[in-house]
Amino acid sequence: MTEKVKVRIDGEVIAATTGQTILEVARANNKYIPALCYMEGLSAVGACRLCMVEVSGVARLLPACTTPVQEGLAVATSSPQLQSYRKIALELLFVERNHVCAVCVSSGHCELQTLAQDHGVTHVRYPYNYPRLTVDTTHPRYVLDHNRCVLCSRCVRTCAEIEGAHVWDMAGRGIQTRLVSELKRPWGEATSCTSCGKCVQACPTGAMAEKGWGVEEMTKHRTVVSRLTSMREGQ
Amino acid sequence: MDKLKIGTCWLDGCSGCHMSLLDIDEGIVAVLQKADIVFGPLVDAQEWPEGVDVAVIEGAVSSQDDLELAQTARARSKFVVALGDCAVTGNVPSMRNGIPTAKLLERVYVEGATVPSVVPTDGVPALLKQAEPLHSAIKVDIHVPGCPPKPNAILFVLSELLEGREPDLGSKLRFG
Repeated sequence: MTEKVKVRIDGEVIAATTGQTILEVARANNKYIPALCYMEGLSAVGACRLCMVEVSGVARLLPACTTPVQEGLAVATSSPQLQSYRKIALELLFVERNHVCAVCVSSGHCELQTLAQDHGVTHVRYPYNYPRLTVDTTHPRYVLDHNRCVLCSRCVRTCAEIEGAHVWDMAGRGIQTRLVSELKRPWGEATSCTSCGKCVQACPTGAMAEKGWGVEEMTKHRTVVSRLTSMREGQ
Repeated sequence: MDKLKIGTCWLDGCSGCHMSLLDIDEGIVAVLQKADIVFGPLVDAQEWPEGVDVAVIEGAVSSQDDLELAQTARARSKFVVALGDCAVTGNVPSMRNGIPTAKLLERVYVEGATVPSVVPTDGVPALLKQAEPLHSAIKVDIHVPGCPPKPNAILFVLSELLEGREPDLGSKLRFG
């Protein structure tokens, strides 16, 4: 049973229903909370930590995408502390891989790039990691560039939850974590891949792209996943 | 009042940021009414002079020469601008950073040569282990990313600095 509840977001009283998360309620009411791993229509995993918010009475920060609302909940979506943590989270994403905007198909349409610019990340204060990473070009239509992957797992969830193929998974731990197709087979040899391309559309950066595009040319259809989910829910 | 002094230099980059600086078009007139460009690829001076007010540095720090020039510019300038993605993030020059320099030079100059060749050592500066952003080598006062930064961003930054204000890029902040 869902119940109507009232919550406060940045001081404003907003009507919500139990089962909704803070992020869902905020977005439905035009309150901005940044997020990278969240995608409407997919399960939420709280991986990117950009949607951390302050909840009254809770000493630690909570991810808005996985925290359900309850009666009387009061949330602050922005504060100097949150802004500073979000900047740090973004900068750490940049140092972990080789994000070279100047040669990226998604430059200008990249969620990571946009978030950095919106948060005033003028430079990265931490030493870069410069890992040597591979580019999987074995699929006839798509390419996977690990240099640009932020491990948000939107592709993993899209393939498992929307397409039902579950080609993608994460392998390894911590900074060694890599996106893998079918137990580390090259993408082009993954027999369960239907080549639907929804993972590519879900990817926030240039890590997954269609072949044949040059710098700044790869625009993505971000609403594919949410449209499919809402159509299925409507059935 | 004496004119302010601007120095510019070009480390490991493609000169695109200097092209974008030239692309401020007639904006250069207003800049030059307040300041002289006393060093850089656009003028003849052979050595970074003392007493520069604004140093505008393009490119990553990639070789021993880059490092020395950056250090000289820092020591002789009041305010340092890291201009463009190479100076700010390492950008394209940093794409070599996962490869050991000896192996990299061998690949380019020996394996990549159509006639038998060796890795040059005379007259070329030694490569550093990695191409790093400018702020890893010297203190940087403002970062202006972009590949290249848009002329209006460059003009905005120079105009603000010449008025004695510290520029806030705001919506002009752009990578790539």
